[in-house]
Amino acid sequence: MSKMKCFWLVMAVAMLISFAGSAFAKPIEINWWHAMRGARGEVVQHIVDGFNNSQSDYKVIPIYKGSYDEVVNAGVAAVRAHKQPDILQSFEVGTQTMMLSGTIYPVYKLMADNGYKIDWSRYLQPVLSYYMNADGNLMSMPFNSSTPVMYYNVDLFKKAGVPMLSKTEPITWDQMGEITGKLVKSGVKGGLVTAWQSWTQIENYSAIHNIPFATRANGYEGLDTKLLINNDKVVHHIAQLKNWMADKRFYYGGQKYQGPKSEFIAQNAGLYIDSISGIAKLKKAVHDFKWDVAPMPVESWMKNPQNSIIGGASLWVFKGLPKDHYAGIAAFFKYLSGDEPQIYWHKQTGYFPITLDAYDQLKTEGYYKANPYQEVGIKQLTRRAPTKISRGLRLGYFVQIRNIINEELELVWSGKKTAQEAMDSAVARGNVKLREFERIYK
Amino acid sequence: MIKKRSYFKSRTLAYVLILPQLLITAAFFYWPAVQGIVASFQISDPFGFRTQFVWFDNYIALFNDPLYLKSIGITLLFSGSVAIVSISCGLFLASMANRALRFTSLTRTLLIWPYAIAPAISGILWLFLLHPSYGVVAIGMKKWLGIDWNPLLNSSNAMLMVVLASAWKNISYNFVFFLAGLQAVPHSLIEAAAMDGASPFRRFWSITFPLLSPTMFFVTVMTIIFSFFESFGVIHAVTQGGPGGSTNILVYKVYQDGFIGLNLGSSSAQSVVLMGLIIVITVLQFKYVERKVQYTG
Repeated sequence: MSKMKCFWLVMAVAMLISFAGSAFAKPIEINWWHAMRGARGEVVQHIVDGFNNSQSDYKVIPIYKGSYDEVVNAGVAAVRAHKQPDILQSFEVGTQTMMLSGTIYPVYKLMADNGYKIDWSRYLQPVLSYYMNADGNLMSMPFNSSTPVMYYNVDLFKKAGVPMLSKTEPITWDQMGEITGKLVKSGVKGGLVTAWQSWTQIENYSAIHNIPFATRANGYEGLDTKLLINNDKVVHHIAQLKNWMADKRFYYGGQKYQGPKSEFIAQNAGLYIDSISGIAKLKKAVHDFKWDVAPMPVESWMKNPQNSIIGGASLWVFKGLPKDHYAGIAAFFKYLSGDEPQIYWHKQTGYFPITLDAYDQLKTEGYYKANPYQEVGIKQLTRRAPTKISRGLRLGYFVQIRNIINEELELVWSGKKTAQEAMDSAVARGNVKLREFERIYK
Repeated sequence: MIKKRSYFKSRTLAYVLILPQLLITAAFFYWPAVQGIVASFQISDPFGFRTQFVWFDNYIALFNDPLYLKSIGITLLFSGSVAIVSISCGLFLASMANRALRFTSLTRTLLIWPYAIAPAISGILWLFLLHPSYGVVAIGMKKWLGIDWNPLLNSSNAMLMVVLASAWKNISYNFVFFLAGLQAVPHSLIEAAAMDGASPFRRFWSITFPLLSPTMFFVTVMTIIFSFFESFGVIHAVTQGGPGGSTNILVYKVYQDGFIGLNLGSSSAQSVVLMGLIIVITVLQFKYVERKVQYTG
């Protein structure tokens, strides 16, 4: 008997719950898989809360899925199981893979289909151009974008008698040689260190000097692209850095940012090249000296340096979701590119605001007067309209190609190869990867 | 008639009893292994929409890649070094601990501890000691000994660092087995040898060591397998295969190409090669080394 009673009780409760559920229409849940850990994750949550509280039809749920690689792999597995999330954050080097996947609902189309007329010219063009297809249509929504800049130790500069650097006019690489020479002479252990060597010293170096990284407009115009990084200019640059290693005007602190950053913080190096997202890290970690930010150096022959290129990640939308989800995603993207979230995002994380409106508003409210180093990156990024060469890189198996470049550069730094040999070998090995990639999509 | 053993007439029960184990093995070993072998003959985009059967192209590409061959060499060097360091240290510590008179259980517990540490954590610990920018020991070596220790650029430094980090952890594992093995050696034999005037070294070499050979064999096989696969965590945390690919062991390359690079065909082919390699090594060990092993009843 008691079992029977129990059964009816459960049934009654279940029915009550289901009635209650249908009485209040539930908001449609939009799942967003991202890679923003810790403090950045909290900023993401804050922005999402803002959207969720602004309307009642949709509820965005941000889910931290691990590092960029892990998020992409989670997305791949989800698509294979037909359980794709609504929004997936993927890093910039995965752009080509995502674009060719055949599972992507392009963002320009998503916004148009859902009745949003977006004036894309009001966005930071070098950010958009990284995620556009060859026809200039935006494939994914830019989210966190950064660019490399140069940090320098003000106190060590003073000690060595080096004048402070301009925040808008880049120094030349020749001047870099002189400055680092003075620093080393004044007793500093080393001159320059760099994080993310492939991104800062080859990818961005090429973009700033308008040197093609690969044929077919850096891969934008076809999969039959070939690397060009064994050109004289890049080779000269790498060889020069290697020469500077002799008296420690340049030295190597590792592939990522941790090693070089700690060299800069320990005042072993006077100059340090890293993403603008380094600002927040240095603010937290540096207490015993003053530092400032300057644009990336430029060769003296380059009179009109191009924009630098971005790093970071963008938001991708998959095909095959219910229609009302797309309406929600579009509404969220619209909200996300609004001034308030963009300004908040920029202030909290240092990543670029992606619209000119948000940038202008930051200017008018005097944010950059109070935080002048925050503007160095954005000015460097927008100093010239991107060309077909400086707009970005569109290469398959780009992660492996970066690994190859890193390996070959390390062989240069350790003296096992000359700059020319290493770059030739990077091109040959990278082209093998590009051909493997091309073959899949034939 | 008295039955010597109880047995079940029905065979079905036996199959039912081993079924869970079979299912687990099939689901987590055979099925992925077969998938891996199939994928190694294909090229495909990560999402699996475009898959082409390419016969042995992935394998041909692998063995035409000088860096892959180099990676095999690096793996053998790495595993050999880890095995030598961790087995000799494990054996040394075990024979010392076996003779310890005081605080026996404490010393034993302390020696076993490192095995409980995950490989990645072990890597991080060693990184905090030996990283040229923030490693305590590395900075000390530079300051007082003048040794320019730089695993970021110097490949032998890097190799030494990952070998230390992997071996350190494995010493504990080997220690446990050696200690158990040593305690199984009959005291009477050693005492008899001592009475005949054999030196401690002679006693160890002629009595203990041969009696320890089954343990030694087991430990060697396990260490080699460990260093082929589980050292992934150490490499990932410490060098990421660098500098210049000098610590890029096979299992790390599988991960880099497959998981990060999403090149599934090549990555699967590499896993199959890796599996083949470990099978060959284990078979060789059983064939040539096991002959010398003396199992005592």
